[in-house]
Amino acid sequence: MTEFLQQLINGLALGSIFALVALGYTMVYGILRFINFAHGDVFMLGAFAGLYLAPKIAVFMPLPSVGGAILVLAAAMLICAVLGVLIERFAYRPLRNSPKLTVLITAIGVSLLIEYVGQNRFVFGAAPKRFPDILPVYPMKLGGLSLSSNQVVVLVVTLLLLVALRFVVQKTKIGTAMRAVAFNPEAAALVGINVDVVISFTFALGSALAAAGGILWAVNYPAIDPLMGILPGLNAFVAAVLGGIGDLSGAVLGGFIIGITQTLVVGYISSTYRDAIAFTVLILILLVKPSGLLGKREVEKV
Amino acid sequence: MNVRHAKLLLLGALILSLLGAFVANQINPYYVFIAYDIAIAIIMAVSLNLINGYAGQFSLGHAGFMAVGAYASAVITNHFGELNFFAGNAVFAVALFAAGLAAAVAGLLVGIPTLRLRGDYLAIVTLGFGEIIRVIFQNLDSVGGPRGLSVQHGWTNFFWAFGLAAVTVYVVTSLVNSTYGRGFIAVRDDEVAAEAIGINTTKYKVTAFVVGAFFAGVAGGLYAHEKQFITPSGFGFMWSISFVVMVILGGMGNTIGVILAAVLLTLLPEGLRYVAGIQHVPGFSADRPLSWVGDTRMIIYSLLLIILMLTRPQGLLRLKTQTIKS
Repeated sequence: MTEFLQQLINGLALGSIFALVALGYTMVYGILRFINFAHGDVFMLGAFAGLYLAPKIAVFMPLPSVGGAILVLAAAMLICAVLGVLIERFAYRPLRNSPKLTVLITAIGVSLLIEYVGQNRFVFGAAPKRFPDILPVYPMKLGGLSLSSNQVVVLVVTLLLLVALRFVVQKTKIGTAMRAVAFNPEAAALVGINVDVVISFTFALGSALAAAGGILWAVNYPAIDPLMGILPGLNAFVAAVLGGIGDLSGAVLGGFIIGITQTLVVGYISSTYRDAIAFTVLILILLVKPSGLLGKREVEKV
Repeated sequence: MNVRHAKLLLLGALILSLLGAFVANQINPYYVFIAYDIAIAIIMAVSLNLINGYAGQFSLGHAGFMAVGAYASAVITNHFGELNFFAGNAVFAVALFAAGLAAAVAGLLVGIPTLRLRGDYLAIVTLGFGEIIRVIFQNLDSVGGPRGLSVQHGWTNFFWAFGLAAVTVYVVTSLVNSTYGRGFIAVRDDEVAAEAIGINTTKYKVTAFVVGAFFAGVAGGLYAHEKQFITPSGFGFMWSISFVVMVILGGMGNTIGVILAAVLLTLLPEGLRYVAGIQHVPGFSADRPLSWVGDTRMIIYSLLLIILMLTRPQGLLRLKTQTIKS
C-alpha cells in the first residue's frame, strides 16, 4: 500500500507537468482547430531559458532560494510567451485560411526547426546539460512515504497556475474574448473582438504554461537537451486529446491520468513500455468515447 | 495520372529496372543506395497518398506499417543461408509478399478505430499505433529488441525496388480510377453525402488502410534488405511525418506530384550533405565552399519545409485535380 501511494504521488507530480503542457495544446486547438506540434519544443525552450537565466539571476539573488526560483520561473515564462507569440505571428498567421493539414505540416516544420537550431553547437548543443539547482531541496517524510520537496513544489506551482488560468479565462475581459473566439470566431469578430489579439494572447498563455512545465521538469530531471520536449510533448498532447481536446478541465484530467498510469506501469510492469502507455490508454478511451472524456460530441450538420 | 499512363509507366519501369539491375554493379554504390532510397520513398508516399490523399483519412503512422513489413521479411529470409540467384529471388519475392500481408493485417487493426474517429483524433490514433508498433518491436527479444536485427541478405536491387515502385503506382492509380475506387474520392469529398447515396464508407476507409499498409510493408521489406540492419527506433514517428510531408508537398491525391516530392525530399538531405562536405560524393570535386552548411543541414531542411508550406500550400505541382470545390 505504501508503495502504491508512493507511486501515486510520483504520478501526480509527473501528471501535473503534463497537465500544464496539455493546456497549451488544448487552448490553441480550441481557438484555431489545429495541433501546435511545436508546443513540446516551447517546453524545452522554457527549460533552457531557465538554464541560461539562473547565473544572471544568481548575481543579485543567491540561488538556490525560493525567491530566485520564482524569478527564474517568471522570466522563463515571459520569454516563452514572447516566443509563442512570434511563432504564431510568422509561421501560423499567414496560413490562417489554409487547409488544416498545411498548418499542421508547418507546425511540424517549426518543431523541427527549433530542435535542429537547438542542437547546433553554436546554440545549445546536442549534449545534455545539467540544470542548476535553483531550489533548496529537503527530503520529507509523510508516514511511510518519502517525498522530495521538489515534488511538492511541482504540485503547488501547478495548482497555483491552474487557479490563475481559471481566473484569466473565466473572469477577465480577454478570457471572455478567448471563449467567444473559441465558440465562434466569425461572430466574435462581428461583435468587435480583435481575433488576432486574442489568438496572440492564447499563444502567450499556452507557451508560458509550457515554460513553467519545462522548468518544473528540469528541477526534477536536471539533465536537459534540445530533444527533451518531444516525449513530454507527445504525452501532454495525448492527455489533451484524452480529456477532449479544446476542453481545459479535460486537459488537466488527461494529464493526471497519463502521468499516473505511466508511473504505475513503469513501477509495476516494465519501463520499456513507457512510450506506448499513453497511446494505449488513449486508443482504449477513444474507442469508447470518440471525442474524449469531457469533449462534447459534435453534431454533424448536413 | 490515368490508368493508361500508369500502364505505360509500369511497363517502362519494369524494363528499365531490369536493365538497371544488371548495370548496377558498375555504378558507384553510394548512388545506387540513394536510388533504392528513392524507390522506397516513392512506394511509401504513393501508398500513403491512397489513405491521406484519395480516401481523405489522416494517417500519421505509416512508418509503423513499414516496420512490420521490414521485420516480417527479415525474419523469413534470415532462415535461409546462401542461396543461388533464382532461389534467392524466389525467397525474396515470397518474403516481400509476406511483409505486405503482415503490414496489411496491422492496417486492418488500425483501420477499425477509423470507423469512429475523424480528423485530428484519427491522426493522433494512427500516430499512437505507429509508436505502439515500435515499442512492441523494442520489447520483442526474439528480433533483437532495442539492439536491432541484422538482415543476412542484401537482396534489394534495382529490379525489385523500382519494379515494385511502379507496381505500387499502377495499383493505386487503377484502384482510384476504377468504378469501385470512385468511392474513395466520394468518402474524402463528403462523407455524409457518400453515405446517403449508399456508399459503404466504412468499407472504403478500411480498404484504403489495408492497401496502403500492404505497400508500406513491401517497402519495409525492401528497406530491410537494402540496409541489412533494422532497429525499432529507426521507424519512429518523425519518419512517418516525412512521408506525410511528401504527400502534402506533392499535392494530396496527385500521384505524379507525390512521386516527384518523394524523389526531391530524398535527394535534398543528401544534396545538403554533399554541399556541407559531410559526405564525399564520388565524381564531384572536393572543393566545397559551403562547408558551413554542415551544422545547419537539417536547419535548412526544416526552414525549406516551412517556406514551402507558406508559399505553395497546394503542393509544389498545382495540377488539375478531380475535386469539385463547392
